Amino acid sequence: MKKLIKGNIALCEGALAAGLHAYFGYPITPQNEIPAYMSRKMVELGKVFVQAESELAAANMVLGAAVTGVRAMTSSSSPGISLKQEAISYMAGMQLPSLIVNVQRGGPGLGNISGSQSDYFQAVKGGGHGDYRIIVLAPNSAQEMYETAYDAFDLAEKYRTPVMILADGITGQMMEPVEFNKLEKKYFEEKDWHLTGCKDRNPRSIQSLLMKDGVLEQHNINLQQKYNTIAENEIKYETYKTEDAEIVITAYGISSRIAKSAVKIARKEGLKAGLFRPKTLWPFPSKEISFLSDSGTKFLSVELSHGQMIEDVKLAVNGKTQVEFLGKAGGGIVTEREIVEKIKEMIL
Amino acid sequence: MNKILSKPEALKDEVLSYCPGCGHGIIHRLIAECIDELGVREKTIAVAPVGCAVFAYDYFNFDVTEAPHGRPPAVATGIKRSNPDKFVFTYQGDGDIAAIGMSETIHAANRGENIAVIFVNNANYGMTGGQMAPTTLIGQVTETTPFGRDPKREGYPIHLCELLATLEGAVYLERVAIYNPQNIIKAKKAIKKAFQNQIDGKGFSLVEVISNCPVDWGMTVLDSIKWVKDVFIKTFPLGVVKDKTS
Repeated sequence: MKKLIKGNIALCEGALAAGLHAYFGYPITPQNEIPAYMSRKMVELGKVFVQAESELAAANMVLGAAVTGVRAMTSSSSPGISLKQEAISYMAGMQLPSLIVNVQRGGPGLGNISGSQSDYFQAVKGGGHGDYRIIVLAPNSAQEMYETAYDAFDLAEKYRTPVMILADGITGQMMEPVEFNKLEKKYFEEKDWHLTGCKDRNPRSIQSLLMKDGVLEQHNINLQQKYNTIAENEIKYETYKTEDAEIVITAYGISSRIAKSAVKIARKEGLKAGLFRPKTLWPFPSKEISFLSDSGTKFLSVELSHGQMIEDVKLAVNGKTQVEFLGKAGGGIVTEREIVEKIKEMIL
Repeated sequence: MNKILSKPEALKDEVLSYCPGCGHGIIHRLIAECIDELGVREKTIAVAPVGCAVFAYDYFNFDVTEAPHGRPPAVATGIKRSNPDKFVFTYQGDGDIAAIGMSETIHAANRGENIAVIFVNNANYGMTGGQMAPTTLIGQVTETTPFGRDPKREGYPIHLCELLATLEGAVYLERVAIYNPQNIIKAKKAIKKAFQNQIDGKGFSLVEVISNCPVDWGMTVLDSIKWVKDVFIKTFPLGVVKDKTS
């Protein structure tokens, strides 16, 4: 049975079905439904909810919970995510699985509360200090908010890494029917790294400070090898009418919904347009985009930013064909008609 | 012959990296003895700070995690809330707890988190080479107060125990020192009480341990001990600041 529900709430339900044990949050629009919903649900379920004194504290509470191997998450929106970057870098270094949700708003600075996609660079290029990557997932519907949150912890634990769901204010706020089709996860694989007290074993420590000669260097090499493995195995994307397309729109999240409508309109008008939607922003589906560009297909990156993902599209295309941009930031929405006009400009 | 003293099980057989004459070694041992005596070693998860004690996991013989600078109370909150049956304490210096981590400290105390905090106050940032800390005394010369701490420029020393005493959630706050055997015995008693409070589910306890830092203070060990006794504890008086547990 489907239920009409906000994207933010669907995300909560997905995380709960996945066995979320501890949620630590701090209010910021447009993700406030998440801490509000969790404040009731987690307590009712006998799990952990703390409204932290800051985003910094919330992210570090997640770090603490994650050290003990439980499934823990926090959520925020753009300026709050900047504050969480400290703990995210530490968790990447300490190899701690966790879920961080960014329901993006306009920036830079305090910006505004409209949906935006201007944190792409921050999410996929690091954000915090040091050489690290996190898995970045980009749902585009309430149903996917639910399913992505459900899958996030498995990925995080499989690779011992933080995972970020990079949503946006529109996907978080809009209401859509959601099928709650995921079974509650009851069993987790036994871990051999987490801290539980040293009963019947030698003490363990989890750290990111590695001072002895060459140890940090080797740690970084190991991390990079892990990131290569993730990139080989975990890329997810969706295509729509790309087979014969002369022009392929690349878009993620809410932009991909607008772009899909634009493709439908364009096709009706005889324009051979298609859509390529990355569902993982890191790892980025570079090979797949490169393959499409081999045939000379042109690309148009549509984003609610002033051009961030386009840099990864261009890297994937590597000069083989034309790549252009259409986008707005700070609360502006790209319309279907604007996309169709841009398509015409590029292929007619 | 009877053996009357041995290394606590909660301490690894390692050579400590602390400077000669530094108080961390004594404080580590007191903590380890308390953990042994309370029988909680196998369910302890400790949080090490950023600062001199960052290598605590090399010395303590139980599970230890690191935390970003100043965040141990938040990290400990995450650990303890998720695992109420574990024994959780943080080990923090004055920069960690009262400068960058002041917010985390106040709010963990105010929430009454059922954890223990061991706060080592040596009136300066030890690991980075002796810069001013929130606890640096008026007139004290440090790397970043070359003319002595002047309240007009740098403000006043922060008295953390007194500051936290106003919070309902903080149940036990005591300031102790380790400059002579009598005080070392008192310090152990305070640490054990803070630990026992957690076992009894009483809430947030903090023990501030006044310690010496001879190298960064530019003193001999004996002079540093004398300075603790003659100067340091005049500004930071020893004793129970708050006790709601008895």
